[in-house]
Amino acid sequence: MSDMKKKTSAGGILSKLMRNQIFIPLAALLLLVIINLIAGPSFFKISYSANNAGNMIFSGYPITILDFGSELAILAIGMTLVTAASGGQDISVGAAIAIAGSVMLRVLCGNAGSRPETMQAPIIVAFLVGCVVAMLFGAFNGILVAYFKIQPMVATLILYTAGRSIAAWINNNELPIIKEPVFGYFGGTIPGIPIPTPIIIAVVCMIVTALVLKFTTLGLYTQSVGINEKSARLNGLNPTFIKFLSFVILGLCVAVAGLIKVSRLSTINYSVIAKDIEMDAILAVALGGNALSGGKFNMVASILGAYVIQFLTQTLYRFKVSSDALPAYKAVVVIVLVVASAPTVREKLSSLMKSRKSHAKEVG
Amino acid sequence: MKNKKKLSDSNLLLLITIVIFFVMYIGAVVFLKGGFLRPQAFLNILNTNAALIILASGMSLVMITGGIDISVGGQMALISMCCAVYLDYMGGNIFVSILIALAIGLAFGAVMGFLVAYLDIQPFIVSLAGMFFARGMTTIVHTAPFNVANEAFTKLKGTRIIVPGLGSVNRKGIYVDAYIEIGVIVALLVVVLLFILLKWTKLGRAFYAVGGNKQSALMLGINVKRTKFLAHLLCGLLAGIGGYVLFLNRGSGAVTNGNGMEMDAIASSIIGGTLLTGGVGNIIGTLFGVLSLSTIQNIVSSAGFDEAWWTGITIAGMLCLFLVIQSIVMSRKKSS
Repeated sequence: MSDMKKKTSAGGILSKLMRNQIFIPLAALLLLVIINLIAGPSFFKISYSANNAGNMIFSGYPITILDFGSELAILAIGMTLVTAASGGQDISVGAAIAIAGSVMLRVLCGNAGSRPETMQAPIIVAFLVGCVVAMLFGAFNGILVAYFKIQPMVATLILYTAGRSIAAWINNNELPIIKEPVFGYFGGTIPGIPIPTPIIIAVVCMIVTALVLKFTTLGLYTQSVGINEKSARLNGLNPTFIKFLSFVILGLCVAVAGLIKVSRLSTINYSVIAKDIEMDAILAVALGGNALSGGKFNMVASILGAYVIQFLTQTLYRFKVSSDALPAYKAVVVIVLVVASAPTVREKLSSLMKSRKSHAKEVG
Repeated sequence: MKNKKKLSDSNLLLLITIVIFFVMYIGAVVFLKGGFLRPQAFLNILNTNAALIILASGMSLVMITGGIDISVGGQMALISMCCAVYLDYMGGNIFVSILIALAIGLAFGAVMGFLVAYLDIQPFIVSLAGMFFARGMTTIVHTAPFNVANEAFTKLKGTRIIVPGLGSVNRKGIYVDAYIEIGVIVALLVVVLLFILLKWTKLGRAFYAVGGNKQSALMLGINVKRTKFLAHLLCGLLAGIGGYVLFLNRGSGAVTNGNGMEMDAIASSIIGGTLLTGGVGNIIGTLFGVLSLSTIQNIVSSAGFDEAWWTGITIAGMLCLFLVIQSIVMSRKKSS
């Protein structure tokens, strides 16, 4: 008797866990860890040693994943809000990162040509200008979606096409290079701190997001607009403004991610920078178990999803997949995820489970 | 006045497109003079855009049913690469290469159509994944771009059809015949066939009905899921044909083939008066959409803005303009 009770309670916890949204990214993470363990546990070794510049830093694949997953995690924050509010995704984030990065470099170069010996403006000014521009482009997307009621993906298609061209145009198609090492701190490491800076920036962004979601009504309003726009309006919310706001917030996330991206190389390549990152960001939201059609969201699951994507990328690299071929594998993952979360498939699966259960009962 | 028939949405949007095209072309002839007057200039627009016309027609079909397919550009790259590898490295037969192209297009159309129609997944997500899959697969098949040297293929590629009566005298005083490529014939054939399909067949009407209102289409006894599936299948088939026509035009397999083509196709359809929300659209409009788009590209490049980025910005600008016009037309219709 007691034995049975234990069994049911264990089953209860398991099913509770399975119903929790965070289960999907955790399961994916576990799967990746197991695959990598089988292929060789040296993957998880973290060493503490001096880098080329003579600073003591942590290094190893787990750190690399956290480091290079930072931009994606930051983007996932904004993308989750956009997805929840508008029921669509912004596919222009990669192009917008190119614009933001290009603007920052333009400000830093000033009038001193494209290869200045010293920066012509403080980094903070360049960053703020980049933020404003990125938020303006976010506002442009937001206006098309919220006020003109164009499907988000189609509306952002405009910037997706034009973005990289605009980025090239801002710098006259030159490739500016910032020689001062200070600029490289944001994408590399600060001397004396053993953790790569992008990880710190990502953590700061997460803390800010957590505080905003905890102490403001942004999360609640966004979800209610996503779940039912009409009833949200009847309850005194302004759905148009909230949708617009979500795109502007995504613009801010884009600017931060753009700073990291540009700082990593201290230069920019308009056609390659943040290429295909929109796919990864959408994938992160989907992997976090958030409905791509809007409504409720779970920020923690999205961010975890972003790191899982980076883990996947790193694993694929490990198995000697070239970076050009990566999208093919990720596309398969997307399709599997989307199919698994499709309502029709879920219904069929659950009815299948039920019939099996009842069958088992009959036999018992 | 009351007896006069009011212009329907479809016709209004079509009219706007055709008028804009003629205004632009006449403007180009008057202000730029740079050869826009020669018939060959117009035929060249057709020659370079035959693949886009086919692609945009398929896109219009899907958009009329209320869906979208952004994987077609990637499919084109994959098709041209597969055909190129088959023809050059395996010494393949030209007819089989055409079959390969159609098969790839149909396979993409079938899988994506199934996911969209029967599993009810957002078409944008499905085709986004399709796009990345196609682009990734292309690099897996072969990475470096190369020109196809297959004899039968180069012969087919070089085939030109002379249009009588449209030739002109060049600077040296020699009469040059005006010509079109095979792709143009295929493209025009596709446009005519699709026009007939949409206008006079049961399936064509079902496309409009499903895009206009799913619920009432269902009540009319239309198999909504099958109709959507067929639209995606047809779009895939047309992407296959278009991919081969592009391959014929370029004569090379390259990862960059068809780059941004999905965008041009969507822009052409929208400029041609196909509504994103579905239910409204016209193949003739799409044809004019493609022509408008390429005319504006020609104008931009011959007006001195020949840096590569201007093309992207102008297309995006035009797309934005027409999207906003559509949005206003639709909201007016709702309020009236």
